[in-house]
Amino acid sequence: MTTTAETRDADDVRRNLLEFLKQRAKAEVEPDFDLFAGGLVSSLFALELVVHLENAFGVTVGGEDLKIDNFRTVDAMTALVVRSGGARG
Amino acid sequence: MTNTDPVAVLGAGVMGTGIATLALGHGLPVVLVDVDDAVLERALAQVARQLKLGRLMGGLPRESADGRLITTTDLSAIVGARAVVESVTEKPGLKKEVLAAATAVIRPGTPVVTNTSAIPVDELAEAAARPDEFLGAHFMNPPYLIKTIEVVRGPRTSDVALAAVLELLGEVGQQPVVVGDGPGFVVNRILQRVINEAARIVQEGIATPEAVDALFTGCLGHRTGPLGTADLIGLDNVVDSLHVLLDRTGDEGYRPCDLLVTKVKAGEHGRKTGKGFYDHGGVL
Ligand SMILES: NC(=O)c1ccc[n+]([C@@H]2O[C@H](COP(=O)([O-])OP(=O)(O)OC[C@H]3O[C@@H](n4cnc5c(N)ncnc54)[C@H](O)[C@@H]3O)[C@@H](O)[C@H]2O)c1
Repeated sequence: MTTTAETRDADDVRRNLLEFLKQRAKAEVEPDFDLFAGGLVSSLFALELVVHLENAFGVTVGGEDLKIDNFRTVDAMTALVVRSGGARG
Repeated sequence: MTNTDPVAVLGAGVMGTGIATLALGHGLPVVLVDVDDAVLERALAQVARQLKLGRLMGGLPRESADGRLITTTDLSAIVGARAVVESVTEKPGLKKEVLAAATAVIRPGTPVVTNTSAIPVDELAEAAARPDEFLGAHFMNPPYLIKTIEVVRGPRTSDVALAAVLELLGEVGQQPVVVGDGPGFVVNRILQRVINEAARIVQEGIATPEAVDALFTGCLGHRTGPLGTADLIGLDNVVDSLHVLLDRTGDEGYRPCDLLVTKVKAGEHGRKTGKGFYDHGGVL
């Protein structure tokens, strides 16, 4: 199912990210699990997360938003997508 | 030569793009040269992603604007360079050709460094128009995330060239460790042998790649094990570097083991092709 920024809400984003992590990192995690502290993902995977957010939700992540704290947890990434206009809050 | 002249990077592969990213991310202009237009096209996309990754992981400053990037197959575009970084394929003959051609184009007084993994600096210096302006700068992969760099002073390297290179490295946030010349210098004289031995262990069925790497990360505190590192480097480059070391030391420990050779023949070059000792789920 394809969604757009107008029809998509934070829960859709959260679900999408959990599924993405399940497929790519082979891990089922809680939305507030710290991916980096937990050693689950490497720095290269962090880039994959950025690219995934950009492609899946049509947002551009740049400048001050490019910091690891925005990608630490599924919740943080979801907030970033909402803040960048990729989904309703 | 002024500090606003571009840094020329020769070879737009794994390392050339990484080195370009490092300079651009610190606001320096770059001319990136390769022989292959398709490679340069890919390099443009890679540099854009790596600039993001560098900022994301805190390896590049977030506040500075990106430097201007020019990609080209025309070597004469490096004429006004501030410094030249040679990072073409690890083949001695090819490197000598490229260095001879590049040093014939640039202004005298322009420092030239090689990013070779294992070829002695003084052997390559032979091909440079001005051997005193030549030295080794062995960047780590990826250079925009790893700040320590192995700088190799050859017997003919001048103080002036060394100082100019150290200044440039300082501008891009690199912390040099200066060492002497010899096959593989420090890092690769040891690392390539470790990788070869690790691959041989897998080949003999003694352990899986996962098990080998788990021991190095868990017991020895390495960030990645030798085989994860090999996949990051590129197995083709590992085999080339082992040959360079074998030819120059006569030490059979450097002869690339069958498993490495087979993987390279099969196109399993590691991260850059999506598969090596590990599956990388497509090319990143
Ligand atoms: N991969 C690593 O982790 C690593 C780390 C440090 C140093 N190095 C060294 O850096 C150098 C480059 O390695 P790499 O891994 O980037 O290899 P690579 O195979 O990814 O890239 C080499 C590039 O050089 C280009 N090239 C070939 N001939 C050329 C020419 N005449 N002019 C311009 N470009 C040319 C090729 O088209 C290719 O794009 C090698 O000397 C290698 O040993 C590699």
